[in-house]
Parts: sequence; structure tokens; C-alpha cells
Amino acid sequence: MTGAHAFSHKHLLGMEHLSAEEITTILDLGENFLEIANRSIKKVPTLRGKTVINLFLEPSTRTRTSFEIAAKRLSADGVNFTAASSSTTKGETLIDTATNLDAMSPDIVVIRHAQAGSPLLLTKHIKAAVVNAGDGQHEHPTQALLDASTIRAHKGKIEGLTVVICGDIDHSRVARSNIFALRKLGARVRVAGPRSLLPLGIESLGVEAFDRVEPALEGADVVMMLRIQLERKAGGRFPNTREYARLFGLNARRLALAKPDAIVMHPGPMNRGVEISPEVADGPRSVILDQVARGVAIRMAVLYLLGGGSDAVE
Amino acid sequence: MADILLRGGRVIDPARNFEASAEVLLQDGKVARVEPGIAPPAGARVIDCKGLWVVPGLIDMHTHLREPGQEYKENIETGTAAAAAGGFTAVCAMPNTVPPNDNRAVTELIVRRAREAGVVRVYPIGCITQGQKGENLAEMGELQEAGCVAVSDDGKCVMNSEVMRRALEYARGLGLPVIQHAEDTNLTAGGPAHEGAASTRIGLRGQPAAAESAMVARDLELVVLTGARYHVAHASCAETVRLVRDAKRRGLPVTAEVTPHHLTLTDEACAGYDTSTRVNPPLRSDKDVAAVREALADGTLDAVATDHAPHSPVEKDVEFEQAASGMIGLETALALCLELVDAKILTPALLVTRMSVAPAKILGLPGGTLAPGSAADVTVIDPQAAWTCDPSRLRSRSRNTPFGGRAMHGQAMLTIVAGNIVFAQEKPVG
Repeated sequence: MTGAHAFSHKHLLGMEHLSAEEITTILDLGENFLEIANRSIKKVPTLRGKTVINLFLEPSTRTRTSFEIAAKRLSADGVNFTAASSSTTKGETLIDTATNLDAMSPDIVVIRHAQAGSPLLLTKHIKAAVVNAGDGQHEHPTQALLDASTIRAHKGKIEGLTVVICGDIDHSRVARSNIFALRKLGARVRVAGPRSLLPLGIESLGVEAFDRVEPALEGADVVMMLRIQLERKAGGRFPNTREYARLFGLNARRLALAKPDAIVMHPGPMNRGVEISPEVADGPRSVILDQVARGVAIRMAVLYLLGGGSDAVE
Repeated sequence: MADILLRGGRVIDPARNFEASAEVLLQDGKVARVEPGIAPPAGARVIDCKGLWVVPGLIDMHTHLREPGQEYKENIETGTAAAAAGGFTAVCAMPNTVPPNDNRAVTELIVRRAREAGVVRVYPIGCITQGQKGENLAEMGELQEAGCVAVSDDGKCVMNSEVMRRALEYARGLGLPVIQHAEDTNLTAGGPAHEGAASTRIGLRGQPAAAESAMVARDLELVVLTGARYHVAHASCAETVRLVRDAKRRGLPVTAEVTPHHLTLTDEACAGYDTSTRVNPPLRSDKDVAAVREALADGTLDAVATDHAPHSPVEKDVEFEQAASGMIGLETALALCLELVDAKILTPALLVTRMSVAPAKILGLPGGTLAPGSAADVTVIDPQAAWTCDPSRLRSRSRNTPFGGRAMHGQAMLTIVAGNIVFAQEKPVG
């Protein structure tokens, strides 16, 4: 692995401002890191001596765990700063939290926050590189990267594919980051769901919007189901989960409308029986657990690029 | 006070349909004469106004002075100093103070503080309902006696239709205009940005333009029912414009204002999460901006009003969705409106109409004209002066403006209230 990579950003705040080349750089690096998970000693010295703070101000288990494992496998010192144990619940502002963390000289801060734009605010008050691990309903770039990695691995390419993103588009940072990334990589992107969960102006992001899932699924190469975000008051947008599952959930009958080799994805955590039926989630076309595995490798790639680590992977 | 002779300026007095090069003589706090070739009386201060506009003092009918209660953001002294620097000779103080101006004791305090420390005239606006809670009517009669020129629950919308109906009826009986902050809060649900392509892209929760226009539509039906004088605060979207235009065609007693920022910025300004772009109503789409500009030109929107809303870093140096709504505007309003003159959307006379004549007429205030005998409230404008907005140099106590660094053209050179010079630009700033 060489030090010359097509990536010129100090932070990873979103997919909107990355080029196709930069995305591909991260995906390629991720492939290299994937193999480390299969070693008996799952650790490389790449970021030895670097400090990574996971600043998680919104509940999360899998993303935080994934980042934590990624940091550990790169030999970085990872520290978790979560909402429950932080002073943010005592009324400290994000800026004060940032300057306090900055005083401890971390190299990378990974932030999860309930409000859009928080990672950008953080960059203005901290010297460390900032990774957005999800900000409100704005972006979740490492999720889009691991999704692109998964699609590329299973389909051999991304350009020219038809990708359908189904469900709660309005509240979904995963949808936004995937739309930005997949459009840059040359995929056709369709979004589908009840009209009350499709945000106004979504077509301006270069996607085709469908208010029923069936026509969206026709001829699809990739079907990405999104979680109904009941915690973000998505509940008021449709009658109930029973009707949602009947009209918009992905089941075997609907999946048959997609291409025979279409893959099924879900960023998790799933509401089984709501947006996705168990037979599909656990079926042969589901690549959901591969997404999780690739999440660690992609996050290693991101930490590597932003952490300025040594090139020693062996 | 010495007599003042403003010599050689272009006098723009739309209330009298007068626009010509002329002298303006101010004596004893009044406009004495406006005509060419006035010889300076003995002892008069002669001010050369060649190349400048001499206009009736600008009036801001929508200002948050924050006194009493939030003096860390602004007070009557700093707010009126900012007004004077912006060319305003009078401002209307919105009632969402702490406590709110919902009774005569608060009004009297504001009037007294304005007399002691105010740089320009201050006209209080009282609450529609007690505590701005939207439930029980405030003591509008006493508010009026104490000096309030209109009522508004600004910052909050009177959501309850029955309360709004009775407020309109009661205010009509007193001859008080009712100024509505039109916002269906069920539809806005705290969304900090305009709902549309920009909010979708940048991931901010949106509020639809219909949250404003639906409330205006309801209110207009209540105006039909009650015949009251109704004024729409900070109209911001195309559908509100359409409704107001239609209501005026039907002859309803309806007026409306628009802010400089809704005339000059779109929702794309929120893309960097700069909290000074968080305002309520939110910055709208380019279509809405085009609609309010057209409406300001054709008179559907009667007045420009700043909605000057000072906030401290405590409220603004936070996440966008947590930031308080509002931006300051007194010191940038004139230059921003002059951009509309440059763009041929407004003539100079229409600009003066929207910023002086109309607010005076809507609220029944003195001013808005240079007719001999009227109060000597005068603004002298250099329409060409180039300057750059530097928030650290503004007179307001707060700094929450997104216009920092913007290259501006035009500024107030002289602000005169009752014949006294309350602000003089040393030289063009920047």
C-alpha cells in the first residue's frame, strides 16, 4: 500500500462533496483492510500512537462498535465519549465539548449527533480530523461507503446498476449519503415509499421517486430497505406498521419483481416483519451481514486516510 | 437647536409625488420649506447634499429591541443607535420582551426608556393575547392609551381561530391594526428550514411554505367576517403573496411587509449551517424570493420591515436546529433594498414608499413625508457609497447577521430626528 491516495480532505463529513475518484480510493483501501479480519491476529500497527475519540451523542451500538473495532485493528487508542456519560446532558454546548476534547489532542474524532451540520460545527473548533458517523437526517458517509463496497463486491461494478432505496427516505441520512455516492459512481437510483415519507424536492438529487414499491423494483439490481424511524416520529406519516408492511414491506413476492440476481441490503437495525420480511432478510439474496463485515474495513480505510498513519499494513 | 439647510440633494418625497433637486430647510424640529434656491437663514447649519438623496426618515415597523428582559441581546439604547446608523428615524418595538408587553406598565416602561435613552423614535406594539399565549385578549385599550400603535403576538401565531376572531373584532373597535405572525405551528413542528430541495439535500427538518400561507388564508376569512385592519408580518412565500394580492383586489383592509433577508437570500444560504441564517419564517426558495420581490414592486407587499432580531452567542453558537431564530437587520436593510433599486425592481421613490411612507400609513404614525409642517425626520442617503458589512463594527449589541463580508452599495449619511442629527456617517465605511 502506498501513501499516495486520491483523497484531499481533512475530514469526512459527507458524500456530497467527494469525487467518484475519492470514493473509489476509499473502496479500494477497504478491500485491502478486509482481509485483516480473517487473520488470527487481527491487528496492524498503522495508527499506533494515534488517539481516536468516538463522540456519540445519539444512541448507537453497531456504528460505534464498528468504529471502535476499526480503530483497535489499526492499533489506535480508541476512547468512547457517549451521551449518557458525557457532560452534554449537563447542558454543555457542543462547542465546549469540542474545545475540551481538543485540549486532549486527539487525532480523529468520530461524531454521531442528532442534528444536521454538527460535524461541520465541530471542525471549526477542533484541530483533529472529524468523521461524521451520522448527523440527524443529513449524512452517514461511512454507511454509504460500506454499501458501495458491498454492491461493488457482489455486482463487480456500480456504474449502470439500478439501485432502489425503499422506505423512510425523509428521515434517512443513509438514503442521502447513498444517493450522493451512488449517483457519483454512475448508478441509477430510485427511491420508493409512501409519499408521506418522501421529502419534497428529492428528485433534485438526481433520483426517480416512486410512491409504490412495485414499479420501483422492476428490473432492479440492488434493493436497499430502510428502517422506519419511529423514534423520529415517522409513525404519524402512515397509519400503522401493519399496513406499512402490507403495502411497502419487502417480501418474496415483491422481490421477484427485481432482477433474478438482485441483492437485498439493509443498514440495520431491522424492524423484522415491518419493512422487510424474515424470509427475505435471511434469504439467499440478502447481503446484510456482509455489509456489517465491510463496515469495519471501510472505517479502517477512513481512519487510515484521515489519521495519516504509516503505510505498514503487514 | 440650529436650523439645518440640506442643500443640493435629490429630494424624494413620494407622499407628495415630489422628486427633484431642492433645498430642505428644517426649523424648530419641523420641515419648514422644500424648494430650490433657499438662501440659508442666519445661523443655519448648511449641509451639502450634492449627489445624495434626501428622503423622509425611514421607519421600521418590526424591530426587536429586547428591553425589558433580554438586555444582553440588545436594549433600547443600542437598538435605536443601530436604527439611526441604518437611516431609520423610528422603529416599532415588538412585544415579545420579558415580560411581554401585554399591559400598560410594560408599555410605559418602554416609552420612558425610549425617552431617556432612545436615539430615534420608538413606537411600542402591544400583545394580542396575555403572555402571548393565544388564549385571553391582552388589555388592548390600555396598551393603546399607553402608546401602543398596533397589536401582535409576533414570534408566536394566534392559532386559535375563535381567539383571533375576537382579537380582530376588539382591535377593530379600537382602530388598532392586528399584526399576525402567520405560522400554523402544527405544520411547522419546529422545522428550522424551508421545506424543499435545499432542506432535503442538507438534511435539515423542513417546514412547508403552506404553514404560513394556510394561516394567512384563514385570517383573511376572519377579516371578511370582522372587517378588522389586518397586517401580515414578514410575508415570505409565493402563496402568501397570491392570497394578499387577491384580498386587496377584493378590497379587504389588508397590508403586508417583507424583510430584507427574504428579499435577498434563498434557502441555499443555510447550506453551511450558519445559524445566523436560521430565521422564522425560514429563508425560502428562489421562486418565493422572486415572488416577494415582484410583490414589493407591485405594491402587494406594502412595506419593508427588518424583523431585527438580536441574539447572543449563547443562542447562536450551537447546532443549527438548536439555535434561536432571527437575524439583526437595522444596519443592513437600506443597502439590501438598494440592491433592488440597482436590479431595477424598485425605483428610488418606491424604495422610499416601502421603507417610510407605507409603514407610517399602515400604523398611522407621523412621518413618511417631507411636507412643510411635518416633523423634521429626515434621512440623507448616499446611494453609491461602497462599503463592506463588518459585523464587529455594527452598533447593535448582537452580531447575528449572515451579511458579514458582503459588498454593499449605499448607506445612510445623515439621520435626523425632529431636527436633531442623531447619526452622521463620517465617511463611507470599508
